[in-house]
Amino acid sequence: MNNSSEAVAVRLDDVRKTYQTGEVEVQAVRGVSIEIAAGEFVALMGSSGSGKSTLMNIVGCLDRPTSGRYFLDGEDVSSLSRDELADVRNRKLGFVFQNFNLLARTSALENVELPLLYSEVALTNVELREKAEQVLEAVGLQGRGDHTPSQLSGGQQQRVAIARALINDPEVLLADEPTGNLDSRTSVEVMEIFQRLNEKGITIIMVTHEHDIASYARRNIVMKDGLVRDDVVVQNRLKAAAELEKMTAGEALEAAV
Amino acid sequence: MTSKNFARRLRLLSTFKIAARALRRNKLRSALTALGIIIGVGAVIAMVSIGNGAKAQVEAQIASLGENVILIFSGSTTASGIRTGWGGAGTLKIEDAEAIRREVPAVTLVSEEVVSNAQVAAGNQNWFTRIYGESADYFEIRQWALADGAPFTSQDVRSANKICVIGRTTATQIFGSEDVVGQVLRIKNVPFQITGVLTSKGLSSQGTDQDDIVIMPYTSAMKRVLGGGTTLRNINAQVASPKDLAPAQQQIIALLRQRHNIREGRDDDFTVRNQEEIAAAQTATTETMTALLAGVAVISLIVGGIGIMNIMLVSVTERTREIGTRMAVGAHGRDILTQFLIEAMTLSVVGGIIGIVTGIVASKVIAMIKNWSSLVSPTSIIVAFIVSAGVGIFFGFYPARKAAQLDPIDALRYE
Ligand SMILES: Nc1ncnc2c1ncn2[C@@H]1O[C@H](COP(=O)(O)OP(=O)(O)OP(=O)(O)O)[C@@H](O)[C@H]1O
Ligand SMILES: [Mg+2]
Repeated sequence: MNNSSEAVAVRLDDVRKTYQTGEVEVQAVRGVSIEIAAGEFVALMGSSGSGKSTLMNIVGCLDRPTSGRYFLDGEDVSSLSRDELADVRNRKLGFVFQNFNLLARTSALENVELPLLYSEVALTNVELREKAEQVLEAVGLQGRGDHTPSQLSGGQQQRVAIARALINDPEVLLADEPTGNLDSRTSVEVMEIFQRLNEKGITIIMVTHEHDIASYARRNIVMKDGLVRDDVVVQNRLKAAAELEKMTAGEALEAAV
Repeated sequence: MTSKNFARRLRLLSTFKIAARALRRNKLRSALTALGIIIGVGAVIAMVSIGNGAKAQVEAQIASLGENVILIFSGSTTASGIRTGWGGAGTLKIEDAEAIRREVPAVTLVSEEVVSNAQVAAGNQNWFTRIYGESADYFEIRQWALADGAPFTSQDVRSANKICVIGRTTATQIFGSEDVVGQVLRIKNVPFQITGVLTSKGLSSQGTDQDDIVIMPYTSAMKRVLGGGTTLRNINAQVASPKDLAPAQQQIIALLRQRHNIREGRDDDFTVRNQEEIAAAQTATTETMTALLAGVAVISLIVGGIGIMNIMLVSVTERTREIGTRMAVGAHGRDILTQFLIEAMTLSVVGGIIGIVTGIVASKVIAMIKNWSSLVSPTSIIVAFIVSAGVGIFFGFYPARKAAQLDPIDALRYE
């Protein structure tokens, strides 16, 4: 994580994505050009169907643009093969999904280790365990390694997912509505983790519908009909740690009354 | 490069772990799927073992005819295979046997044979049995040792002495546990002295009791049991080594045709068979049986394979999201393919190993109950093992490839 703040993590050059469903052609993304510097924390917003997820899939190397170029960490990844894209995802990207996508009946530790199983880096079982325990600790889940997803709350499951995204030390952390399935307090807890990670230098791109969640980011990009309509720096940025304290104080007050 | 290879190997190892974990997660389902293979492989092993057992039994019985034996029957087998009075037409004469003894050098032993069924008695016991008239060479040709007493000699044959040797069954039926040698057996009211008891040979390939027999000099049998006549049912001849069989057979045919004045182009009035030909016909029958049984077993193996394919397809569909997740964090299509192939192969190989054990046990149990013999060959075990692994690969490939070709985004979105 020694990127200087000038380094460009993600650069999109007139990226378009057209879906062909039968006779109908859907232009989900219609020419997006953005630059996201290393160390940024971007919230991608916009109404439903505006192309946020489509764009995130391209940025996440899960999908290829129909046209346009995409540079990730300076490398042109717009025309890589399936396997090459998989390797890029493994080395440089971490994913956090709305529905967590943890492997059922598999312990938190094993879930977290998953990306390392597909990594080129050869680790021994002991090293693997150590690393997984480290990242679980980083998201505040020390001691929960043996729990399976069904034994964890939604917030805890999302933390396991974040730990999994972090295990390969990614350049960019991608999250498509990471708080979509969580209550407000748990959402802020996730934002607290994101801000802490971002402080350490990880670039974060997050899709969200909620304005208050977006104000935890440094920059907001708003999409409409497959185009970027607005791109602003967040003015009154919220600090998740402070918000959590306020919430705890409020709860204590309620309890006292 | 080497570190990359190392990483790949490690990846394969972890893929094994993933597959094992997935199978353990669905224990009952895995067990039921493997059961299809267990039954299939078990059936193959059991059937082949029993078939091999039957074949070995037949071979042993044929070997008990004696080694390098040529049988000459009176009566012919036409080109179309119809036998006209095999052994019954009475075309073979004692002189024919003498001629063979004299003029075919490869032939080392000759026994003239006549056969009759008769009531035999001793004291107040009687028994219906087969009477064989033979020369003194017979016991050596058939490698039939005596359990007690002595066989008759060439001298006994020349003098047509009233002596005989009896089989184990006949001995027990008439004399019970009494000492037999030296006793007198009445055949057609002629008293024959018993000089020996034969060792037990068991059932023949046709299922008759070979020990239910009385053997005496053929001269005595002709004169005192058959009541005259000079024709033989057949002649047993033995050559020194297998390579002598064919030439000796040719010489015998030529010799007998000449002696019987059979003109060029006419059929023989006798039939010459060597023991190998008889063995071939017999084993062909048991082989057909084995093939049929194995065929049925193979079908059940295929059904087991389809079971694996079915479960793997269900599994791929159920775990679409898992596959998507794995791809999202960097799994290649190949990793997913290997994972599911290993799952399918583990099911079939474990099923195969259990099936092999089950099949061996089943064949022994069946053999014990039915009083058959079973013979488990190492080849059948190796083949069963390889085939079950092959079934896993073959039937697991389609589902595994389906999984590997999934699009990560579609897979992640799958509900
Ligand atoms: N696989 C696909 N095939 C066809 N059309 C698609 C596909 N994926 C998305 N679309 C279309 O592309 C457009 C953008 O979809 P996308 O999922 O990117 O929207 P979104 O901004 O993420 O919406 P939401 O906020 O509801 O998640 C929509 O009109 C959608 O119908
Ligand atoms: Mg979306």
